[in-house]
Amino acid sequence: MSTFKEKAKVLSAEEIKRTLQRLTHQIFENNPDSKEVVLVGIQTRGVYLARRIQALIKGTTAIDIPIGVLDITLYRDDLTVVGPKPEVRETKIDFNLSDKVVVLVDDVLFTGRTIRAALDELMDFGRPQRVELLVLIDRGHRELPIRADFVGKNIPTSKNETVEVRLEEIDGIDEVVIGEKQ
Amino acid sequence: MKWKRKDLLGLEDLSREEIELILETARSFKEVSKREIKKVPALRGKTLVNLFYEPSTRTRISFELAAKRLSLDVINIATETSSVRKGETLIDTGKNIEALRVDVIVMRHSSSGAAAILSRHVRASVVNAGDGWHEHPTQALLDMFTLKERLGKLDGLHVSIVGDISHSRVARSNIWGLTKLGAQVTVCAPKMLIPLAIEQAGVRVTYSLEDALRNADAVNVLRMQFERDEIGAFPKQLEYFKNYGITQERLAQAKKNILVMHPGPINRGIEIASDVADGPQSVILEQVTNGIAVRMAVLFLVAQANEYIKR
Repeated sequence: MSTFKEKAKVLSAEEIKRTLQRLTHQIFENNPDSKEVVLVGIQTRGVYLARRIQALIKGTTAIDIPIGVLDITLYRDDLTVVGPKPEVRETKIDFNLSDKVVVLVDDVLFTGRTIRAALDELMDFGRPQRVELLVLIDRGHRELPIRADFVGKNIPTSKNETVEVRLEEIDGIDEVVIGEKQ
Repeated sequence: MKWKRKDLLGLEDLSREEIELILETARSFKEVSKREIKKVPALRGKTLVNLFYEPSTRTRISFELAAKRLSLDVINIATETSSVRKGETLIDTGKNIEALRVDVIVMRHSSSGAAAILSRHVRASVVNAGDGWHEHPTQALLDMFTLKERLGKLDGLHVSIVGDISHSRVARSNIWGLTKLGAQVTVCAPKMLIPLAIEQAGVRVTYSLEDALRNADAVNVLRMQFERDEIGAFPKQLEYFKNYGITQERLAQAKKNILVMHPGPINRGIEIASDVADGPQSVILEQVTNGIAVRMAVLFLVAQANEYIKR
């Protein structure tokens, strides 16, 4: 097993909170008609981020934005490489995506392969008017022509570094750290 | 928990954790069949052969649908119309199928242990769809999945299996699986249809249906397989229904929310009354629906593991 050696904290709990507030505002700058917007979080941490954004929206506008959950395991392009690991988790989108603006939410944007898989899976659920991508961290090193519409923070990294987003709901703490796999 | 087996031959060999992993994975797969596009690309480019030495409609179709929803390509071989008729052995048939670069073989065979033998001679994954009187693991898994979905857990449940236990691979797989997951299993049948020493598998035996139903959370009713009665050991159909048939009157003495299950095909008026089969306690058609999700989970797990083993 490789271990994670922490090098620096790049976002604190307070910074994560403010970043999500800013991203929420940006969603509505881009989409004045809030009735069209739906959120879809990518398992696992994207789901928690999407829920927080949903709560922020509700707090300021009293609007309940529908939220879906996407597990991209069955759409991965490396299923034959990753070995007997893939855990298939819940996918749940129980509203119609047609003509909606889907804001896809993930924690870290890296190679772009997860987003490719997520886009393929989304299209099997319907035909959205538009799909936008929101990520808390963009760490670069794209392997596909994919970019995010809303970025919490750009963090230039080297390839052997990793970025860990830790969230209260699963990790017991809100922080983003950069480290190295050893 | 990681799945590491290339095959699924039975539930006897599996650990509690492995069975739980299949059931958990199946839960995620159930959602796929509810989508508008009921298909995921997970096993695209792989091929599955349904090799059936015994007639089957629902199991074969269920495997075929499960495979197609995972984007597997499927070939069906019914041995009545194949070279098996010309005297080809099981292992030769298996090796020929493998030479066609097939990734998964789903097999039903009249001999106990046939799937295990085949699995040792081919690198493809082998999934047992029923071998003689031995095991029918995916049927038991879908029964357990249905129980868990309906009742929330398996630990501590009282499940009675009623019918020809001796000749039933469904009963054997259910007994292995349910006891491993902490359920209390009772088997109930006329004496000549209960195998000797079955208590050693950790089940309670009763010859009284009333007794079997008394505390049961669910009753799994087996089909009376009259075609298997070679020596005239079976009771007559009417006599069986009178003593062991599941009727509304008998269920009225049981727990109010008892679930009635049946692996199908049902014989109305023999092991189960028509109004029970269609009644509110029956989950027989849910079992059929859940069978697809469970088989998708099994195919996905064995194909994944085998990909890794072959590397």
